[in-house]
Amino acid sequence: MTGNIVIISMVSMGGIGAALSLFLAYADKKLKVEEDPRIEALLNILPNTNCGGCGRAGCRVFAEALIQGTASVTGCVAGGQDIADSIAKYLGVESVKADRVVAVVLCRGGEKETVKNAVYKGERTCVAANLTGGEKACTYSCLGYADCVEACKFDAMTMNDNGLPVVFYDACVGCWACARACPRDIIEMHPMERKLFNYCRNKDKGAVARKICKVSCIACGLCVKDCAVEGGIEMIDNLAVVNYEKCPQDDQPTKRCPTTCILFGEEEKMTKDAYYSSLPKKAV
Amino acid sequence: MSLKTFDHGIHPSYNKELTNHKKIEKANLPKKVVIPLQQHIGAPCKPLVKKGDAVAEGQKIGEASAFVTSPVHSSISGKVKDIEKLPYPGGGKVLSVIIEGDGTAKEWGNGGIGLDLESLTSETLRNIIKEMGIVGMGGAAFPTHVKLSPPKEKKIDAFILNGCECEPYLTSDHRIMVEEPENVVWGMKALMKAAGVENGFIGIEENKSDAIEALEKVTRGSNIKVMSLETKYPQGAEKMLIKAVVGRKVPVGKLPMDVGVVVNNVGTAVAVYGAVKYSKPLIERVVTISGNGVKEPKNLLVRIGTSFEDVLNQCGGITKHGEREVLNGGPMMGIAQTTLDVPVIKGTSGITVLAGKEIKPSTYQPCIRCGSCVEVCPVNLMPYKLGDLGRLYRLDELKAWGGLVCIECGCCSYTCPSKRPLLHWIRVGKIKVREKEKV
Repeated sequence: MTGNIVIISMVSMGGIGAALSLFLAYADKKLKVEEDPRIEALLNILPNTNCGGCGRAGCRVFAEALIQGTASVTGCVAGGQDIADSIAKYLGVESVKADRVVAVVLCRGGEKETVKNAVYKGERTCVAANLTGGEKACTYSCLGYADCVEACKFDAMTMNDNGLPVVFYDACVGCWACARACPRDIIEMHPMERKLFNYCRNKDKGAVARKICKVSCIACGLCVKDCAVEGGIEMIDNLAVVNYEKCPQDDQPTKRCPTTCILFGEEEKMTKDAYYSSLPKKAV
Repeated sequence: MSLKTFDHGIHPSYNKELTNHKKIEKANLPKKVVIPLQQHIGAPCKPLVKKGDAVAEGQKIGEASAFVTSPVHSSISGKVKDIEKLPYPGGGKVLSVIIEGDGTAKEWGNGGIGLDLESLTSETLRNIIKEMGIVGMGGAAFPTHVKLSPPKEKKIDAFILNGCECEPYLTSDHRIMVEEPENVVWGMKALMKAAGVENGFIGIEENKSDAIEALEKVTRGSNIKVMSLETKYPQGAEKMLIKAVVGRKVPVGKLPMDVGVVVNNVGTAVAVYGAVKYSKPLIERVVTISGNGVKEPKNLLVRIGTSFEDVLNQCGGITKHGEREVLNGGPMMGIAQTTLDVPVIKGTSGITVLAGKEIKPSTYQPCIRCGSCVEVCPVNLMPYKLGDLGRLYRLDELKAWGGLVCIECGCCSYTCPSKRPLLHWIRVGKIKVREKEKV
């Protein structure tokens, strides 16, 4: 009797299984969605990090745009030149030289340099702190709660012991995520060729700026005078702004800066290895 | 008889006894004022004066051409020292006019044009209200003339004067109602005429019995009805007040005028009284300075543009020890300040200085799903959920769950047993949603 039950259940379950698998096999043929095989091939080339640096929702959308011809082969900022070349090769078009952009943090006023005039006890993110103004007296400065580091998907940023974000130049792919996350817009994206930056966004008058931060731009105008080309650096709203169309990239304007807020080539030094090997060794 | 009110809400400790018996005092004439060119919702003003100009008290110094805006006036006579971006109590920096005073003060009270309210048309009234820079003085500073000019197809049949003052610590409206009820009613009648409304209501929380008594005496036999409402926060929020007084519900995303109601604040009514009767622009307002951090809590009549530091010094200064929190407004809706250089603006109903135990700890615990926040939310949202969505930047969901409906009253954060900063997260989320929509 027991043997009978086993046989009956095996046969009936097997039968139902067989019937359903036939149905599924039929449905697979009948309801098949034709997808462009090129999308799959492009996805194999792309980094698949879905960082959004191309301005699209993810890598698949970017691949579709490439096939439709609405995206440039250099559109994938995370991929850089190699991927741009591979995409061009696959699509049979001529490759273009990709402009590599990197994030530059335009504030050097960390814990040591700035004056604090309040205590912030709210949620520890920059966006939340920016609602009330944060702790530092400077209202243009880095808030220091690492929204940018949080946003970076390529492990190319960290907060240093001075409470400021550091960008690793070898790891930054230029996806804009950190620049978008910063509520005070102190992170900007610049091509690698640019090396002269005013690391300050403070638009207060010189006397005010000087009191609240040791490394603020005090609008003294020395860099404007020292720039080899007239109009290479302009003073706009109490802030020296480098005009990259005109200004030659050398260290001439930085030499007389009293607060060392304008610097040349500062960022190139920082690679991931250089940063971590510079940290004091800790006992494990 | 049970008192009228709205659904949900909270009963915070009001602490009004610090100042609710103290007469409004005139503050000292400030030596210097900083007048921001945007003190209201709408288009910022453009300066009409330049550095070095002499200005008279009450002279218009900023104006914009848009409809939703309000001009600003000099609150003292003197000389323009500079025009630059300066810290603003609402957060950030705003282009402001710095005026150094010459120490003279004008006597307002003579030469008013419209002593007889009957002779003025509603259009002239609206113009006067606009020209004199009158904005809602409850805190949001929405230009009053905009509220009074509903489109033709919207029939307004009720006017509500907001005398609730549900925010803890603040007593400025309360003192105004007790000390000058005649002026409040005069201003209210002018506002009603400007809006073309016959029926007036004054909504007051029942903990201000002296104010109710005083206003009832003045309005006896007129078409204005004084209503005493339950003492509950946020009774003074526009939509809650409408629900309590006339029993109508303002639909999500609509304005009070869509249900035929105009709401104005008591402070606004007194400002309108000054503006219509004496042609006095909105250059001073009653500010409650209160909280444990202030030595001598007071109700002061302060000129717009006086710095917080100056005002607090006239109240004995703030306590020196430990952490102190200075708020523009009351503890529920007020914005914490990082500097005392910020000026008193048209929307500053109070300066609250919290100290010691009054400051909330910054640590919070996980949500225990108790539902307290849902129970108190006056606009029927689910703050525990919205808070998390805002914290994690899940913006589409935040919007879908009605995050933009939030009136930012703070009941949820107040009531949360885990001390979760729910409102802060929702606020961040709302800002992010708006940013995203702009792009």
